[in-house]
Order: sequence, then structure tokens, then C-alpha cells
Amino acid sequence: MSENHQHTHIVPLSVYYTIFAALLVGTALTVWVAYIDLGALNTVVALAIACTKATLVVLYFMHVKYASKLTWAVVSGSVFWLLILLALTFNDYLTRHLLTYG
Amino acid sequence: MASTAPIAPLPTLPKKHYLNDGTTVASWLLTRDHKRIALLYLVAVTVFFVIGGLFAVLVRLELATPAGDLLSDDSYNKVFTMHGVMMVFFFLIPAIPGTLGNFLIPIMIGAKDLAFPKLNLASWYIFMIGATFGTYSVLNGGLDTGWTFYTPFSTVASTSAVVPAALGVFINGFSSILTGLNFIVTIHRMRAPGMTWFRLPLFVWSHYATSLIMVLGTPVLAITVVLVAAERIFSFGIFDANRGGDPVLFQHLFWFYSHPAVYIMVLPAMGVMSELVAASCRKPVFGYTFVAFASLAIAIIGFFVWGHHMFVAGQSVYAALIFSILSFLVAVPSAVKVFNWTATMYKGAVSWQTPTLYAIGFIGLFTIGGLTGLFLSSVGLDIHLTDTYFIVAHFHYIMVGGTIMGYLGGIHFWWPKMTGRMYNELLAKISAALIFFGFNLTFFPQFVVGYLGMPRRYHAYPPEFQMLNVLSSAGASILAVGYALPLSYLIYSLKYGKVAGNNPWGAVGLEWTTTSPPPTANFEETPLVTWDAYEYPARVEGHVA
Ligand SMILES: [Cu+2]
Repeated sequence: MSENHQHTHIVPLSVYYTIFAALLVGTALTVWVAYIDLGALNTVVALAIACTKATLVVLYFMHVKYASKLTWAVVSGSVFWLLILLALTFNDYLTRHLLTYG
Repeated sequence: MASTAPIAPLPTLPKKHYLNDGTTVASWLLTRDHKRIALLYLVAVTVFFVIGGLFAVLVRLELATPAGDLLSDDSYNKVFTMHGVMMVFFFLIPAIPGTLGNFLIPIMIGAKDLAFPKLNLASWYIFMIGATFGTYSVLNGGLDTGWTFYTPFSTVASTSAVVPAALGVFINGFSSILTGLNFIVTIHRMRAPGMTWFRLPLFVWSHYATSLIMVLGTPVLAITVVLVAAERIFSFGIFDANRGGDPVLFQHLFWFYSHPAVYIMVLPAMGVMSELVAASCRKPVFGYTFVAFASLAIAIIGFFVWGHHMFVAGQSVYAALIFSILSFLVAVPSAVKVFNWTATMYKGAVSWQTPTLYAIGFIGLFTIGGLTGLFLSSVGLDIHLTDTYFIVAHFHYIMVGGTIMGYLGGIHFWWPKMTGRMYNELLAKISAALIFFGFNLTFFPQFVVGYLGMPRRYHAYPPEFQMLNVLSSAGASILAVGYALPLSYLIYSLKYGKVAGNNPWGAVGLEWTTTSPPPTANFEETPLVTWDAYEYPARVEGHVA
């Protein structure tokens, strides 16, 4: 069965070390960029680095990259649900100035 | 019946079943049998229901007179808060999945147990730890934020035990997530041969949908209440406008879970309903696939409507508009279910047994609760009705009229399966009637008094509202008798009830093919399923319509 094959997938240690190094670089980058004022981009840049790091963790440390389609469905479902939360919340925050009651 | 017909032998209890398979305390507290864990939940949620109920008694006593004479304003805040916290988090959410879901899902799909029996036991312990924190906050000064923990009151103003209560809710969330996960994996992987998705009883479909909400929504609630606790301790400022935070953000995060949580409470009851309606009319549920997919639709659309709790909270007008439209939409699958149940009953040979009474009660009360929800989805009307007793009446029609009616109906339907014995049918019918009339007398006047402008969450009110409040308090006392009765005759039946036999209702479904109570492994041998759900009236042996 293909699933069994995927369960026995062995990731070489070098991959883990590379990802770990990338995460450390990301952390250093976050600290470094915090000292530079990018104006409106401050949050955007910080979040972009954080999301990249999270993606690396999910793909490699949590093995999703090598997992079955069902696991991918679960992961994308969770991301979609996060998007619902963000979209409808921002639908409030980004339109507050447009029109108010009374 | 002709006099020559042979007299059927009286049913007897099986020699060996899950209840006598081990009698020590440890055999219960360390059990991995889903049926025993269901009974652990049953005992636990009953205790929390009684505690929550006692707080409701205090509320109704206080509101019998317009003056705030029995409880001070502060005490009253704590009493209604603890009523809400106990009932929502420690009764309504775990009640049906923890007891009936745990007991029935493996049996209904022809499995020996849930996919992760140890995790199932862990869920119960986590639930009990969470509930201990909740109870600790009750005993240690109480909680006065309302069950909703609204900021900034909960973070900067309240002097009550917010942190332990928030921790209790946080811990309890993990129990919910693990139960949902267990159900999902079980339904995917443990179905008996031949038990295809569209042969599953609708009870299983609705629990599947419930589990999705538990897994997808609960983490957001958990992290949100932790943020409230952290904000109280460390003053982070996430919800504090003085520090660039936003108290309304709390409401977004809270209701992202807590509106779908309404469906965590009511979807399992809808699952019970489908079983009760089919069994009491001896007909297949009308439009099986529609009812099944309506459960999923409710679970999914339920995540898009939370802003209807925030129409006056300062969210943007456009957000309110969109949440309003989406809220109207979520009523559609609920209505599909109600119509399909009534269509099932149409021209059915309805048997007037206790579970049937609960089923019919559910349809009436849930419909009123759902329709008044549409009033509240409409922004203009909601602005008038927000924080009035109309809201209180609306959600009690859903949660008490829906969830508790479904829960009690299910307990009465499957009690003979769970215990092997029947309860006193006459007393059960009387209590079902008392609950129905007591409930309506309690909560219908609240629609009126709320529409007239009586706000919720105050211990005193203008004298002109007294008549309606006295009616409500009188109804609550009838309701209390209605709830106390089952507790006594069900316990009595454990020892003295007449032996039920495997299938006392003449119902179809795998759970009725095994013994009552079932053996520890549920079936003598794994069943092979060659029929659809609800193949009434044929398959049951010896059944007379
Ligand atoms: Cu809602």
C-alpha cells in the first residue's frame, strides 16, 4: 500500500539540519528587521517570515511533505478554516471607516 | 392476539455483558470500553446539570419579584454566570457526544470500540480536570463575567475568579477536540464490512459533523480564553484599547467558536431525532441524503455567521450586513431537517412512547427557537432585541428545547440498550409532558418581556414586568419537577425495571441486533451489513406494526 511506503519514508538527517539552520536564520532576520522602520510594512515583513518558518516546520518537521493525500486534505482544511477566521474578521476591520450607524 | 398463539418467553438478561465484566472501582475508572466511558460521562454531566440547575433556581427565585431582594447585584452576576458556564461547557457540549455518542457510534457502525480507546478515557479525565477548575472558580469567589468572558470587563475590571474558570474552559477544550478526533477516525476506519457511508445511521452523520466543528473550532476558543487569562496576569494589551488592542477582537475570536458551538450542542440532538422519528413511525427517514448533508452544511456554514452576536458591538456596517445574510442562510439546512422529520411522520404509524413524545416536543420547540433566530439575524430587529430577555428565550428554546429534549429523548430510547431494563413508562410520559409544559411556561413569557424591553443580566426590573416573570418562575418549578422525575425512575429501573430484551421498540439499526446490555466486544461476531439504514418495517423479527 502506498501509505505504508509513506510511513517508512526516511528523511536524511541533513534535511533536518538544513531546516533547523533556516529557522535560525529566520529568527535572526526577525530580530534584525525589527530594528529597521519599514512603516506599514513592519507587520507584513514580520508575519511573512513567521509564516515561512511555520510552513517549514509543518512540511519537514511534521512530515506533511511526505504524507498521504488525506493528511494534505486535513492540513488544507485547517488552513482554509484559518482563512475564514481572518477573512470575516478583516471584513470588519477594513470596512469600519466606510459607514457607521446613526 | 389469538389464544392459540404460543406465549413468547419473557426476555432475560444476557449472562455476560459489559456491565458485569469487572465490578471493581478500577474496572470502571481505568476502563477502555466506550460503553463504560459513556456511563462515566453520564454520571459526570448529570452532576454538572444539577449544579447548573441550582444556579438557575436562584435566578428564577430572584426574578420572582421586581426588587433585587434575594441576591445583591454582584451575587446575581455570579449566579447567572455560573449557570451559563456549568450548563454550556460542562453539560451541553459534552452531554450527547460524551454519553450517547460514545456508547452508540461504535455499535451503530458494527465496531468493537472507538479507534482510540485509551484516548477516549483520557478525554473523560481531561474533562473532569477542566470541570474541577470550573468548580474551583465557583467555590473560590465565583465568576461574574457571564459565560462569554467579554473583554475589557474580564481582563481589567472583574475581581472574580476569571483565571481558574478560563483554565477550566481551556482544559475542557482538549477533551472536546480529542473526542471529535476519535469519532472522525472511528467513522472513517472502523465501519463493519458493508457499512458504507450512505448506510450509516443519521445519528452517526450528525456526530461526524459535530466532530468536525469540535476539531476545527475548539482550538480557537482555547487560545482565546488563554489570552484573556494572560492579559489579566501580564497585561499584554491584545484586547486593551489603551495599548493599541481591541476588545471587539475578543468577540470575533470567541464567537468564531461559540456560534458553531451551538451546533456542537444541537447537531447531536438532531442525530438523536432522526433515530427517534424513524423508530417511532416505523418508516425510513424521508430524504436520507438531504438530512445527512444538511448536517455537514450546518457544520460548515455555521462558521460563517458569528458576527450576528456583534451587531451592536461596534463592528462595521458592511460586516454586519454580510453576517446577517449568512445567518439567514444557515437556517436552510436546519429547516431541511425539520421538514424531513415531519415528512417522515406524515402517514406513519406513530407509536406514542416516551421517546416519541420527546421527538415531537423537539420539533415544536426547536422550530420556535430557530425561527426566532431569524428575527435576530435581521440587523434592524436585533438592535432592538440585543441583550433583552428575547435573546435568553431564543437560545433556551434551542439549547433546552432542542439539545436537552434530544438528550432526554435519546436517553429514554437507548436506556433499555444501555442497562438492559425498562423504566416506568407512565412516569416517563408524565415527566415528558411536565418538561414540555414547564419549559414553555418558563421561556415563552421571556420572549414577550424581552420584546417589551426587559434587559437580561439584572437582578431587579420595573414592576410592570412582574406578571410575566412570575409565570416564568412558576414554569421553572414545573420544569424542575419534570427533570427530577427521570433521575428517580431511571435509577429505580436499574434494579427493579422489567427486563427489556434486545429490541423493545422493534427498531432497526445494528445496536438493536445485539444483546441488552451488549457484550464488552459489542457483537458476538463482526456484523456484515447488507441493508440500508431504516429499512422499516420489514427486517425486524417478530415485530408487529
Ligand atoms: Cu450565533
